[in-house]
Amino acid sequence: MPKRDNITSKLGDAKPRNPIRTFGRLFSYYKECKVAFIVAVTFIVIYSVSVISASFLLKPLVAILKENAALEDKYARYTVLAMGMAFLYVTAVITNYVLNRLMLECTVRVLCRIRIEMFNHMQNLPVAYFDSRTHGELMSYYTNDTDAIRELLHHSLTQLIVSIVSLAGIIIFMLVLSLRLFLIVIVLGIIVSVVIKAIGSRSSKNFVKQQKVVADVNGYIEEMMAGQKIVKAFNHEKQVCERFEELNGELCTVATRANTYANIVGPIMNNLSHIFYAITTMIGVLASMNGAILITFLQYIRQFADRISQISQEFNFILLALAAAERVFDLLDVPVEKDEGDITLVSATEEDGALKESGVRTGVWAWKEEKEGQVHLTKLLGDVRFHDVSFSYVPEKRVLEHISLYAKEGQKIAFVGSTGAGKTTITNLINRFYDIDEGSITYDGIDVRRIKKADLRRSLGIVLQDTHLFSGTVMENIRYGNLSATDEECIEAAKTANAHYFISHLPDGYNTMLTADGANLSQGQRQLLSIARAAVSDPPVLILDEATSSIDTRTEKLIEKGMDGLMAGRTVFVIAHRLSTVRNANAIMVLENGKIIERGDHASLLEEKGKYYSLYTGMTELT
Amino acid sequence: MTKNKKDKKRFGRNILPCVKGNVLMTVLTPLFIIMEVLLEVFIPLLMATIVDGGLYKEQNFPLKAYIPIDNINDNTRFIVVVGVMMIIAALCSLAFGILAGRTAAVASMGFARNLRQRLFYKVQEFSFNNTDRYSTPSLVTRLTTDVTNMQNTYHQVIRMFVRAPIMIICAAIMAISIDAELSLIFILAIPVLACALLAMVSVGHPRFRAMLKKYDALNAAVQENLVAAREVKSFVREDYEKEKFDASATDLKNAQRRAEKVFVFSGPVQMAVMWTCTIILLLLGGKAVVFEGRLGSAELISLMTYSTQIVNSLAMVSFIFVTMSLSRASMNRINEVLDEEIGIVGGENDGLKVANGQIVFENVDFSYSGSKDNCVLKNINLRIESGETVGIIAGTGEGKSSLVQLIPRFYDCVSGRVLVGGHDVKEYSLYELRESVSMVLQKNVLFSGTIADNLRWGNPDATDEEVEQACRMSCAHDFITSFPNGYNTDLGQGGVNVSGGQKQRLCIARALLKKPKILILDDSTSAVDTATDEKIRRALREYIPGTTKIIIAQRISSVYDCDKIVVMDKGEISDVGTHEQLLARSTIYREVYESQAKEN
Repeated sequence: MPKRDNITSKLGDAKPRNPIRTFGRLFSYYKECKVAFIVAVTFIVIYSVSVISASFLLKPLVAILKENAALEDKYARYTVLAMGMAFLYVTAVITNYVLNRLMLECTVRVLCRIRIEMFNHMQNLPVAYFDSRTHGELMSYYTNDTDAIRELLHHSLTQLIVSIVSLAGIIIFMLVLSLRLFLIVIVLGIIVSVVIKAIGSRSSKNFVKQQKVVADVNGYIEEMMAGQKIVKAFNHEKQVCERFEELNGELCTVATRANTYANIVGPIMNNLSHIFYAITTMIGVLASMNGAILITFLQYIRQFADRISQISQEFNFILLALAAAERVFDLLDVPVEKDEGDITLVSATEEDGALKESGVRTGVWAWKEEKEGQVHLTKLLGDVRFHDVSFSYVPEKRVLEHISLYAKEGQKIAFVGSTGAGKTTITNLINRFYDIDEGSITYDGIDVRRIKKADLRRSLGIVLQDTHLFSGTVMENIRYGNLSATDEECIEAAKTANAHYFISHLPDGYNTMLTADGANLSQGQRQLLSIARAAVSDPPVLILDEATSSIDTRTEKLIEKGMDGLMAGRTVFVIAHRLSTVRNANAIMVLENGKIIERGDHASLLEEKGKYYSLYTGMTELT
Repeated sequence: MTKNKKDKKRFGRNILPCVKGNVLMTVLTPLFIIMEVLLEVFIPLLMATIVDGGLYKEQNFPLKAYIPIDNINDNTRFIVVVGVMMIIAALCSLAFGILAGRTAAVASMGFARNLRQRLFYKVQEFSFNNTDRYSTPSLVTRLTTDVTNMQNTYHQVIRMFVRAPIMIICAAIMAISIDAELSLIFILAIPVLACALLAMVSVGHPRFRAMLKKYDALNAAVQENLVAAREVKSFVREDYEKEKFDASATDLKNAQRRAEKVFVFSGPVQMAVMWTCTIILLLLGGKAVVFEGRLGSAELISLMTYSTQIVNSLAMVSFIFVTMSLSRASMNRINEVLDEEIGIVGGENDGLKVANGQIVFENVDFSYSGSKDNCVLKNINLRIESGETVGIIAGTGEGKSSLVQLIPRFYDCVSGRVLVGGHDVKEYSLYELRESVSMVLQKNVLFSGTIADNLRWGNPDATDEEVEQACRMSCAHDFITSFPNGYNTDLGQGGVNVSGGQKQRLCIARALLKKPKILILDDSTSAVDTATDEKIRRALREYIPGTTKIIIAQRISSVYDCDKIVVMDKGEISDVGTHEQLLARSTIYREVYESQAKEN
C-alpha cells in the first residue's frame, strides 16, 4: 500500500534536509511584521542583559555585607545597589512582557500568512496533485506541520534567542570573574551536551518508533470501527480483541520506553549541574580562590548548565519544526497548474450574424481571440472533437489509445465500459484536469490548449460521480454554480433539477444549513443538488459522470428527470453505469482498455450483438 | 454542581478502574518524586553550608549540627566532606528522578493501554443500535485523540500534582527554618501569585476554547476544499475559495491573538512576584545581616533560592489545572461510550443449540428507535421451513434489510417474536445464534490482509480445500487464482484491490465458510452479472440443500426460481408465493417484473 508507506516515511523525516536555508526562508516571513520583530529582538537582548546583570550584582552585594565598615554606611551602599537590582528587574519584567507580546503578534501574523499562502497555492495546483495524495497527508500540512511551526515561532525562537544572549552574557561574566574556573565550565558544557545528545537521540528514535506503532494501532481501530457490523455478524469480537490487545501492548511498551527517556532528561540535567557545583566549589577552594568570586561564579554555573540544557532541548524541537517548515515549503514549491491559453470567454450579442462583445450576461457566449491588436470572436456552440487522442497518467501505462470522437452542438454522447476502461479519463481531458500526450482536442474548432483554463472550465458544467457539497445553506450551495445568480434563478435551477420538492420539505427550506459535505441529506438528494448547481451555471456543454449504482431505482428515476431538464439543448457527455440512462444518446461509445471498441446508437449497437449487447442483456458484468 | 457530581461518579466508574495493574507504579511515582524533591530542597542547603562554612568560614553555617567535622578551620577537609555529601545527594536525587521518570511512564502508558482496551472492548460489545448512534470517525477520535489526552493528563498529574505542593511545603519549611520572619514575605506572595494566575486562567481558558473552535473550523474548511477539489476547479471557484479561507484564517489569527495575549502575562507576572520577593528579601535580609547578624549572607541567598522554587511550583500547579480542565472534554466523550447501554444481550441458556434452519416471524413490529410510532416493519407473519430458498422483493426503504436483520438478532423487534429452529432468538446465546445464521450484509467490508485471511473470518480452522470449495460455490475461485498471488493476494485496507462484483463474491464465500444453518444474502449480488448470479444460486441449491437461504434482490431474475418469494410494501408483507402465483395475483410483483422485462 503506497499510501501507508508515505505516512511512515514522512514520520521518519524528523530532520530537515537543509535547516539553514529553511530557517532563512521561514525568517523571510517576518517582513510581515518587520518593526515588531526588530523591536522584539532588541527587547530580548535588553531583557537577557538585565537578568544577567541583576544576578551579577549579587557579587558586590555580598561583598558589601562582608565588609568591615560602618554599619550605616554599609547598609546605605547596600540599599543603593539593591535598588539598582530592582531597577534591572523592573526593566526585565517590562521588556519580557513587551517582547512576548510582540513575538505573539509576529507569530500569529506569520502563521496566518503561511496558512493563506499554502491554501492559495493549493488552489492553483493541478488536479493530478490531489489525485496522488490522501486527504490526511494534505491535511497534515495544516495541522501537524503548522502546529510545529507555531511552537517554533511562539516558544522556541524566543527561548533560543534568550538562551543564546544569556549564555553569551554568562560566559563573558564568567571569563571576567575567573579564567581558570571557566575552563571547568567548558568541560561541564561539553559533558552536558554529550549527555543530552545521547539521551535525545535515543528518545527521538523511540518516538519515531512510537509514531509507527501509533499509526498501526490507529489504522486497526479505524478499520475495525468501520467494519464493526461485520465483526458482529461473524462472531469475531474475540479474535479482533486479541489482535488489538497485541497491538495495544506493543504500543504500551514502545510508548513507555520513549516517555521514560523524555522524563529522565530533566533530573539528569538538574543533578549534573549540582554535581558540577560541588566539584567547582571543591576545586575553587582547594585552589584557594577568592570566596566572593567563587560564590558569584557558582551562581553562574547553575545558570550556565540550565541554559545549555535549554538550548539543546530546544534544538530538538527546532529541528522538528524546521523539518515541518521544509515540508510546507516543499508544498509551496510544487509547480502550479500551467496555463498557456490566451483565448477567453466573453458574453456577446449577435446582430445579423455579426458578434459583438457585451459587458453584461446575454446568454450568448463567444471565444475572444486577440491577434496583433485585432479582436476575433467565435461563437460558442459546444462542438467538441477528439482527434487521435492518447493519454497516460503514468508514463508507459496508456489509459486511452488513439481515441477519436466528435460531439456536435446539442448532441448527447454516452460512454459505457468497465471501471478503469477510461470513461472518467475522457472527461478529465475535456476540462483539462490532465493534458493529453498525443493528438488534439478541439472546442468549436479551437485547440483547448489555446483556451484559458478558467474560461474553458466556465463553459463546461459538470456533475461528478462523487458529489461534494460545501457547508453553508442549500441556497449557497446552488449558487456555487454562478455566484451572481439571484435567489429566483437558484430556485428556478432547483426546479429544473427536480430538487425543488425535497428542498422545500427541508426544515428551513432553501436556508437549511448543510453540514459536513451534506451529511444530513441522502445520496440522491445530494446528487439532485449538484445537478441544480450545474443548472444555475447554465453551461453550453455538460459532463455528467453519474453515480447511480448505489441508488435505488425510484431515486434514480427522480435524478433522471432532473438530468433530462438540464440536458435539454446542450452538448452532453454522459458516463453511465446503468445502461437504461444512455439509450437515447446520439452516440454510445463502448470503451475497453482505453479503446473505443464499439460505437453507434442504441439500436444499431444492439443489432451488432457485441459487447454492448451482452452488457445490455446482462450476460456480462460491469465492474 | 450536580453535573460535577455526575462527572465524578462516571470518573469513578469508568476511568478509575483503568489504573488497575498500575497501582504500584502510580503510587511509587509520587513517592520517588517526594524523595527527589526532598533532596532537591536539601541540596541548596548544602550549597549554603559549603559557601558559608567553607568559603566565608563563618561559625554559624547551616546544617552545623549534621556535619561531622568539629574544626571548620580545616578548610580543605570541610569542603571535601560537604562537597562529597552534595555529590552523593545529587546522585541519589538523580536515581530517584530516573526511577520516577520510569514509573511515571510505565503507569501512564499502562493506564492509557487499559483505557484504550476498555473502550475497544466496549465497542465490540456494542449491538447494532449502539453502533448506529456513533459515526465511525467519532469513535476513532475517542479511541485515539481522546485517550492520548487522558494519558497526557494522567502522566502530568502523577508527576506534578505531588511535586509542586511538596516542593512548596518543603521550600517553605526550609525557608522558615532559616528565618521565619523573612519567610513571611514570600509566604504572603503565594496568595497574590495564585490569584493572579487564577484570574489569568479564568479569562484565558474560554478564549482558548474559542480559539480551538476557530482552529477546527479552519481545518474543516481545508478538508472540505480538498474533498471537493474537482468541484472547485470545475466551477473555477479558486478565488472565491481563497477569499473564504482568508476570512477563516484571519478569524483564527484574531482568536489566537486574543487567547494567547492573556497568557503572555504569565511570565512577567511570575517574574514580578518572584523578583519583588527577592528585592524585599535582599533589603530586609541585608538589614538583618548587617545590623543583627542573625543571618549569614549565604543563608540569604538560599532564602532567595527557596522563594524562586515556591513561585515556580505555584505556576506549575496552575498549569496542571489548565490541562485537567482541557482534558475534561475528552473524558466526557470517553465516558459517553463507556456508559452506552448495550441494547442486545444474549440469552442465558448457553447449552441451547440451533436445531435447524426454520424461521418463524410472529406478529412482528419493528422500528429503529424502539418506539412503536415509526415502525419500519408492521405486523409481519412469515414461516420459512428449514432448507427452503426464499426470495424477498421490494423497493429501497421498504424494510427488506430490517426484516432479515432480526434473524441473527442484530436488532430486536418491538413486539411479536422471531423464532429460529423452534426457539425465540432471545433464548440463544448471541454466539450460538450468529454462528448458525450467516448474513452477507449490503455494505460489504473486507479487511486488510490476504484473501485467505479474510475468508477464514467465516471459520478460522477451515482447511485450504474447504476455502477453495466455498470460493468455487460463490464463483470466486477463478478470479482469485487469476491473481499472481492467488489466495495470498493482499487486499489492502477496505478491500481496495478487487472490483465490486469480486468483493461481493468474496463476501459470499466468507459467509459460506461458516457452514450456517441459515444463509442470508442481502442484495449481495447486485454487481455480479446475471449469468454468474444464476451459477451461484445453482451451486447453493446443489451443495447446501439443508441450509435455509434467504435472498434479497432488486432483480426478479435473482429470485424467480425460489421456493417462495416474499413481496414487501411499506413495511408490510404484501404477498407470498411462487413466481407464477405472484405474477398472477400480485400487482406490485408484476409491475417490478414488467419494468425489468422491458429493459431486457
